[in-house]
Amino acid sequence: MIRFLLSRLLTLLVTAFALTFIVFFLTNLEPSLEKIAKSEIGTRVSDAEVESWLDRNGYGEPMLVRYGEWLGVVPGWTHTVDGEVVAGRCELPGGTVETSAFCGILQGDWGWSTVFRRDVAEIIGRSLALTGKLMFWVMMVMVPGALILGVLAGMREGSKLDRSLSTVSILTTATPEYVSGVVFIAVFASTAVGLRWFNGSATSAMEDATFENFTLPVLTIALYGMGYIARMTRASMTEVMTAQYIRTARLKGVSFPKIVLRHALRNALIAPFTVIMLQFPWLLNGVVIVETLFNYKGFGWTLVQAAGNNDIELLLGVSVVSVVVVLLTQLISDIGYVYLNPRIRVS
Amino acid sequence: MTDTVTDPALEVAPGEPILEIRNLSISFFTRTREIPAVMDFSATVRAGEALGLVGESGCGKSTVALGVMQDLGVNGRITGGSIKFRGEELTTMSPARLREIRGRDIAMIYQEPMASLNPALKIDRQLMEVPMIHEGISAEEARARALEVVRDVRLPDPERILDSYPHQLSGGQQQRIVIAMALMSKPALLILDEPTTALDVTVEAAVIDLVRELGEKYGTSMLFISHNLGLVLETCDRICVMYSGEAVERGRIGEVFDEMRHPYTQALFRAIPLPGADKATRPLIAIPGNFPLPDERPPGCNFGPRCDYFQEGRCDAQPIPMVEVPGDGHEARCIRTEEIDWDAPPEVSDHRESTEIGEVVLKVDGLQKYYQVSRPGLLGGGEAQVVKANETLSFEAHESETLAIVGESGCGKSTLAKVLMGLETATAGGVELDGRAVGDVPIEKRDTRTVADVQMVFQNPFDTLNPSMTVGRQIIRALEIFGVGDSPRDRKRRMLELLDLVKLPREFATRMPRQLSGGQKQRVGIARAFAGGARIVVADEPVSALDVSVQAAVTDLLMEIQREQKTTLLFISHDLSIVRYLADRVMVMYLGHVVEIGTAREVFSPPYHPYTEALLSAVPIADTHVEKKHIVLEGDVPSAMNPPSGCPFQTRCRWKSRVPGDLCEREVPPMVEFAPGHKVKCHLSQEEFASMEPVITLAEN
Repeated sequence: MIRFLLSRLLTLLVTAFALTFIVFFLTNLEPSLEKIAKSEIGTRVSDAEVESWLDRNGYGEPMLVRYGEWLGVVPGWTHTVDGEVVAGRCELPGGTVETSAFCGILQGDWGWSTVFRRDVAEIIGRSLALTGKLMFWVMMVMVPGALILGVLAGMREGSKLDRSLSTVSILTTATPEYVSGVVFIAVFASTAVGLRWFNGSATSAMEDATFENFTLPVLTIALYGMGYIARMTRASMTEVMTAQYIRTARLKGVSFPKIVLRHALRNALIAPFTVIMLQFPWLLNGVVIVETLFNYKGFGWTLVQAAGNNDIELLLGVSVVSVVVVLLTQLISDIGYVYLNPRIRVS
Repeated sequence: MTDTVTDPALEVAPGEPILEIRNLSISFFTRTREIPAVMDFSATVRAGEALGLVGESGCGKSTVALGVMQDLGVNGRITGGSIKFRGEELTTMSPARLREIRGRDIAMIYQEPMASLNPALKIDRQLMEVPMIHEGISAEEARARALEVVRDVRLPDPERILDSYPHQLSGGQQQRIVIAMALMSKPALLILDEPTTALDVTVEAAVIDLVRELGEKYGTSMLFISHNLGLVLETCDRICVMYSGEAVERGRIGEVFDEMRHPYTQALFRAIPLPGADKATRPLIAIPGNFPLPDERPPGCNFGPRCDYFQEGRCDAQPIPMVEVPGDGHEARCIRTEEIDWDAPPEVSDHRESTEIGEVVLKVDGLQKYYQVSRPGLLGGGEAQVVKANETLSFEAHESETLAIVGESGCGKSTLAKVLMGLETATAGGVELDGRAVGDVPIEKRDTRTVADVQMVFQNPFDTLNPSMTVGRQIIRALEIFGVGDSPRDRKRRMLELLDLVKLPREFATRMPRQLSGGQKQRVGIARAFAGGARIVVADEPVSALDVSVQAAVTDLLMEIQREQKTTLLFISHDLSIVRYLADRVMVMYLGHVVEIGTAREVFSPPYHPYTEALLSAVPIADTHVEKKHIVLEGDVPSAMNPPSGCPFQTRCRWKSRVPGDLCEREVPPMVEFAPGHKVKCHLSQEEFASMEPVITLAEN
């Protein structure tokens, strides 16, 4: 078990390293840097001014060195004027700058967001908590809903129930979030239809989530994933229901509800479980769209802001967190799979 | 055992019918049409009696069983007749009443034990469920009952077994659990649907022994479904032979076996190798033609087109009824029972010369094959283990000789085939083909000649033909690979000749494999193997996936081609009846060792290796004149990863106590030579060997 965890941890580190390097490379291309400089000191400046601003703010060094600084393996940059340090990467609270100190991600310093003018760690922490809240409710709606749909549809293949539920799941999964979100807002939150049951904006849900302000974003993400998981569950369920051991149970005199619950369910859940866990990283896409659409300042919204403004260190921070989220869910998925499927359990 | 709650009014006295099937018809419905699977089927199972239902695949025997259980699926429906269980009509029964009867009064044992057990539930939960549903007893009581029944089916360490998952048990153990599950509520009727087809012969023998014994102990009636006539003879009192959805003959088992009154039953017995059959003097007689598909049944008698006694205008004029013939409830579906001379010996078309055995073609010397396996698991690595698949195999095979390799699963016979083919290379020792060493040359490094020289006929013809290539194309492909022929035209001619050789019509060249029956597919496989003029053909259970009536024809074909081409045939099989019929020499393998080798006559008569003796005793023989010594091997074949010390067979050997000291546990026995070429790997003394009695004796009549 420990070896397995270690190997997974190593994969995680290597992936994070590779991804951040790519992000770092792309955000530090000449034009990108110029854009930062201009957004800081104004657009009508000469090339020389841009150059000197970049120098003063530590962007002048070679790219690899600066990547090392971000990692925390190269001492942070300092800018001296007349022998006195006036600015640097490693700024202590109070404004003094440490010279030849390491302050990168390895030291726990995530850097400074140029858009929000705050510590990256603080922004990511807050937005993750908000997205976590959203995801929690999405999962609470999506997983049980999808499993119930799938099991009900799959337990009697070809029945009317199966066909109607399958149609519903195909429909929901074929409608992307940017369509369903807009439709929901139009139907349930605007004067167009006049239902006005829910809020079209989820901004207030950041402080205090209620049924009114949180239903639409949750539903938009959940429905999309629900159809997909329900289809997988149905396929797995129909296969299990034709298995010989189900016939054995039937001919033992077990009643139909008990066959479904006791004999089929666990076997039928093995395949969808992996899919559900794969949904986590996949749902991050939906989060980007939905959070922007409903103006909910979570992880996805932050990502959009960071990318739109070439906020280098915020983007890097977002990348690291994404890699960890993806690989961690895969790890949980693998362990859970082993628990559900005794055939591959390690003795 | 605690007493089952049964309604005393429903108790049936011995000899009274417990299950009565009258004129049952079952059809399956597709979108477009109705496919009759069972027609006008009647049978009776009396209390305490075992009825055998035999027939080839597709004859409707399993459908009858599922009909009794009322579990025909969405498409199946009973279209006529009645099924009465203890006087109660099953066909019109409510689902609730049906659920009460299933599992409590009628229980079923299935073909594939692994698939029949729920992989995600522990054994105890699956067993305990039965009495908990039907008798409403507590979990503790149910567990106690489960423990008792598991002990009854003679499984070692019942507590541990109850606490395991199905995949942790061996095939034989799983089947015992399925049997235990069926016995949990002491059913009045047990339906066994090919309960041993997935098992090895010695395991099969032990399971059958157990079923018979438990049937007597609990007084359970049985409906035993099998394609194996020998097994039915060993277990049943009465028999019902089915053909193409109909019962064609039924009666007491002895009467049907000795005085059959239906041409199909007779043809079936002539097509299976019984003791006394011989490839040169008394060859098997294959049933001509193919089994009719359910929607292509002929008018009148279903067996008509394949029957030797067919008379136009009579047999195909009207539906044939069951006719009573002399005997105890003996009936046959044939209108000519009184006209046919049933005792006339079969016409043997041609006496075939047995061919001269030639030079040594294949020489295997001290062949050893070990596999390194690491247990894959969550841990990633796991420690490496060695599977000792073959240990110091030495033998020779001659030109136009049939050498049978016999043994149960895990004995290393398939590994040997792989090494010969070059799919694996030997760990140690040598393999010489016509004097060339090929043992450590993998197939991709072998030259065309060697590849064409060693070819294989596979067990399952359904998987070994490319489904998207015509038959002709597949054979031409083989010819191309073997470098036969100079031009496409030449190869096409050669391909058509090969079709002639395997007795397939030339039109088959343009057919797709899915349009062929199993026997025809196997013929294509044979044509492909012989395409490059093979010197050695390794036939790995070539007929075991085929129906009895087709087996004889394919076996015969193989022998005939061998005679013409002087090929060496390595015939891998676990079916000793067919081996006795066609092999010149036999090699018995156990856990990677050759334990006995010699001519067929030498191996099948004493002195035996103790394993050969047990194997012979385990094979069911469909002949009432045969008397067999009863030897049951306990336990399973040990794992090749962790073989026992000394003699590989010592853990299950019944002769072990006759060897002084712990010699069997310490040393691998030497090969003792009894006659030139007849060798046995055993520590037993000459006197002990001399005291061995034959396992199979043919009673004179």
